Amino acid sequence: MSEFDSEAYLNMELLRFTTAGSVDDGKSTLIGRLLYDSKSIFEDQLETIQRDSMRRGNEHIDLALVTDGLRAEREQGITIDVAYRYFATPKRKFIIADTPGHIQYTRNMVTGASTANLAVVLIDARLGVLEQTMRHSFIASLLQIPHLLVCINKMDLVDFDQIVFEKIKADFNKVSEKLAIKDARFIPISALFGDNVVHPSKNMDWFKGPTLLQLLESIDITSDRNTQDPRFPVQYVIRPQKPEFHDYRGYAGRTAGGNFKKGDAVTVLPSGINTRISSIDRYKETGDQVHVSESVTIQLEDNIDISRGDMIVGSDNQPQQSQEIDLMICWFNEKALQLSGKYALKHTTREVRVVIKSIQYKMDVNTLEENTEDKTIRMNDIGRIMIKTTKPIFFDPYTTNRITGSVIIIDEATNETLGAGMIL
Amino acid sequence: MTKTQINHLRELENESIHIMREVGAQFENPALLFSGGKDSIVMVHLALKAFWPQKFPFTLAHIDTGHNFEETILFRDRLVEDLGARLVVGSVQQSIDDGKATEETGYSASRNLLQTGTLLDTIETHKFDVALGGGRRDEEKARAKERFFSHRDEFGQWDPKNQRPELWNLFNGRMNMGEHFRVFPLSNWTEMDIWQYIYQENIEMPSLYYTHKRKVFNREGVWLAWAPFMNLKPDEEIVEKDIRCRTIGDISCTGLTISKADNLVDIIREIAATRVTERGSRSDDKRSEAAMEDRKKEGYF
Ligand SMILES: Nc1nc2c(ncn2[C@@H]2O[C@H](COP(=O)(O)OP(=O)(O)O)[C@@H](O)[C@H]2O)c(=O)[nH]1
Repeated sequence: MSEFDSEAYLNMELLRFTTAGSVDDGKSTLIGRLLYDSKSIFEDQLETIQRDSMRRGNEHIDLALVTDGLRAEREQGITIDVAYRYFATPKRKFIIADTPGHIQYTRNMVTGASTANLAVVLIDARLGVLEQTMRHSFIASLLQIPHLLVCINKMDLVDFDQIVFEKIKADFNKVSEKLAIKDARFIPISALFGDNVVHPSKNMDWFKGPTLLQLLESIDITSDRNTQDPRFPVQYVIRPQKPEFHDYRGYAGRTAGGNFKKGDAVTVLPSGINTRISSIDRYKETGDQVHVSESVTIQLEDNIDISRGDMIVGSDNQPQQSQEIDLMICWFNEKALQLSGKYALKHTTREVRVVIKSIQYKMDVNTLEENTEDKTIRMNDIGRIMIKTTKPIFFDPYTTNRITGSVIIIDEATNETLGAGMIL
Repeated sequence: MTKTQINHLRELENESIHIMREVGAQFENPALLFSGGKDSIVMVHLALKAFWPQKFPFTLAHIDTGHNFEETILFRDRLVEDLGARLVVGSVQQSIDDGKATEETGYSASRNLLQTGTLLDTIETHKFDVALGGGRRDEEKARAKERFFSHRDEFGQWDPKNQRPELWNLFNGRMNMGEHFRVFPLSNWTEMDIWQYIYQENIEMPSLYYTHKRKVFNREGVWLAWAPFMNLKPDEEIVEKDIRCRTIGDISCTGLTISKADNLVDIIREIAATRVTERGSRSDDKRSEAAMEDRKKEGYF
């Protein structure tokens, strides 16, 4: 951003994406290349990378070192956790959830994917579509990442051959038929040399599509969120002890779905009491509307007893309510999921206790087969389960709302986050 | 279907407010670490927004090295008074006087590292169960993988290899007795976002961020403010320059920028053109490549 244009900057959109690929597919190099070619690396960072590259005996500057995180990882030469990177072009601001590809991969990718608008999936052009590609695509579809950019990398090692690209594309489409992928696009790239990453490739003039960065800058993300079903989980009750706001009682939260307007007929769950919205407040202003994902404070016409964990919803468009819930679960802990085990569960702003009623199957993430014989869900496994909660929760299927359709499971003794669930 | 487009500053604001409210709801006795720098001033602004018209449920906590710019303390005290907020000060000087900390010696002596002990003591003394910090992931690579809700064991230590997975907007702040949390609502903001937001919201900033004349000296390419307690090397010369602060920290390690920027738009232009990271101008991070990571593990901000 050379010249500062306040209007343009203030109207920039934010896109969150995650990267998926197996070890050595070139994820780190690709992110380094994106940051380098978009001039997002500062001089002092570059100096460090240059020094590190030389110390390791590399001839060229190793762009993969850009994303290098903690010392432990540097020592082992691998990344072990999710790290976040930031860059901006004049069009958009980007947040990259950089997830390493090794054994703990499922856990990391699921974490990174949970907030992503888009996933960049890497395939090594020499190896083509592998089992891992299936796993990455499955996780992307399970987590409902709206857009998939499939980058066929290392094209320089296959003579920039269009036939190789087309074959991988066809193979991918064949296997991904089974998955709920809404929007997938394909780009032949060389992360190492920069072809089609930021700048169009001179070596692949047969490819007419946009470069990776052009796509990242232009993909429409305005409809990625649920704008249909009004959902407002109450986070905090605002009760100022001030004379000028004597009777003020507001419900602070972040809209999890749909829009609300002043005068809308709403129902408060779990009580089921109907009322109307009297105002929608932001700092020093009382307003009359709110869109999905905005943090506001809602006031209601009637004085009702409402607390954190309740949900304000559209009266004519209510979520499901139940104590028995079907989930796809991803497990993150060394201790396996216990059938009949009891856990704490967080869903929106509500916390309840749950017991695991049944495990239907464990998913083989590489073949997408349902394993009904070995149903022990261990670290990095994904499976389908049924749980029973002590109190009802108000939810939508994850496929219609990523916020009201997601839960985390917590160990009541150690307080660790053990797993993440998507409601079916 | 209505299309909702929210600009990225609003989106970052919505996210940060959400996190602050989670802290208000999930913890008993939260502190907001206030250094008087731009990030902590933005934090206070967001806290005001998150709980308006109620007062925010946070105690401001300042870890005072005793080597502050005078302007910082004046700004802090006025802000606290205007807000009617509660402020506690953890004093590094006190820790030194009590024999809990040992002053560094030599030319690059700094109290920056000593802050960790004072911070942990302050958390313990006031029984804070969570401390909100203004750390951002873009600042430094060890911060890049910090969670929004970052768990600390009973010694205040961070275990980067064993962090809780953090998904969607579900934040797990559960803990056992004696442990605490650090929460970073600005995790996803960059330096540029901070300044743009200050501009958009018209937030008052300490005068140190704008150009002013000051007695400075140059050490290994970094301009540092002169103060009576600074040890100058024989070849270092005190000169007066037009400078401004890019970050505000302890005087002994805050690198200054030669600049004539006297308004926000000029500052933003300057940052857009800068090719060095914010941390690159702080001598505390230059000490070693893994400096920040080591400090963070021990319980640093
Ligand atoms: N020839 C070639 N090598 C590449 C390309 N992208 C990455 N590599 C190399 O592949 C190896 C693994 O890359 P890296 O980025 O570390 O992979 P990661 O494990 O997915 O992060 C490194 O030696 C890279 O230099 C490419 O486009 N072409």
